Amino acid sequence: MSGAVVWVAILAASAVCFATKLAGHRVPEHWLAHPRVARISALVTAALLAALVAVQTFTRGQALVVDARLAALAAAAVALALRAPFVVVVVLAAVVAAVLRAAGLA
Amino acid sequence: MPTLPRSRPGAPADPDRRAVARQALSVSAATGLYGVSFGALAVAAGLDVWQTVALSLLMFTGGSQFAFVGVVGAGGGAAAAVGTAALLGARNALYGAAMAPLLRVRGLRRLAAAQVTIDESVAVATAQRRPAAARAGFWWTGLGVFALWNAFTLVGALVGDALGDPQRWGLDAAAAAAFLGLLWPRLAGRAAQAVAAGAVVVALLLTPVAPAGVPVLAAAVVAVVVGWREPGPRLGRVPDPSGGGRDAPDGGPAREEAS
Repeated sequence: MSGAVVWVAILAASAVCFATKLAGHRVPEHWLAHPRVARISALVTAALLAALVAVQTFTRGQALVVDARLAALAAAAVALALRAPFVVVVVLAAVVAAVLRAAGLA
Repeated sequence: MPTLPRSRPGAPADPDRRAVARQALSVSAATGLYGVSFGALAVAAGLDVWQTVALSLLMFTGGSQFAFVGVVGAGGGAAAAVGTAALLGARNALYGAAMAPLLRVRGLRRLAAAQVTIDESVAVATAQRRPAAARAGFWWTGLGVFALWNAFTLVGALVGDALGDPQRWGLDAAAAAAFLGLLWPRLAGRAAQAVAAGAVVVALLLTPVAPAGVPVLAAAVVAVVVGWREPGPRLGRVPDPSGGGRDAPDGGPAREEAS
């Protein structure tokens, strides 16, 4: 995407996200109270985040690859299981990947 | 995790008020701090500092912001980036519907309330017993996170800009870890775990054949299929700040203590 296209995408996505929030404030609560709506909404969030984890870890362009990111992700998972704060988890993953690459191991 | 005392009999005047303020401040600080990681990752994904700052100011919903830069960083098109951000922000509508009867605001105040309707503000509000405390919790947390998230986004963008080659510093791996951190508190329950596993498979199978950005968007279909049919327990509940469903302006990790 060129800079101008990125700006258009930023403004469009921000407008949609704001409209979503405002819609919640404006519609009668029972419209959104259907269990199926709440259920799908929660699951969509999980699905997109899981897909983002996979794409960010195992792909380079359109190729599927296994590299230092997998070890970094494993370290992040251990940190999360140990209830480490978000910032620690993110920095740890960066350090693991950077060290492995600097050492020529992955 | 320890929860904040909601009221303490015999404590000095208005303990509720002070507890809410303390909770709002701690949530704002914890959430704002990882605006640094968003700022750095956005710049690593190819956005400039102004675009990064604009995302935090205007979009202001962490999961959507991380997803947007993730799709852009993977070379995805504008439609895929907008679509993914929009879908990840969908739960904010549920939050808004839950907050509206409590806040009862109109006009400009309603617009402001809408913008700060995120995981954290709603979580702090719903943790309070009295409506007045819930309103205070919503506003203080919402405005506190807004201020700190934007300030730390700028810091992160400037740091990321100075770092240079993102891969050398492991920033691509950091982005994966950030998504995992956002996902982690949402994996409670079998349906969510099954959907996450299915989404991983769909996204990776489509990556070699579909344009960038599409594999992530397509993974949402797994959620619709499972959520439509599965008559399990209600999963769309508002996260509890003391329990672990909390995240970045909306989606993040829940590991910091709320006290």
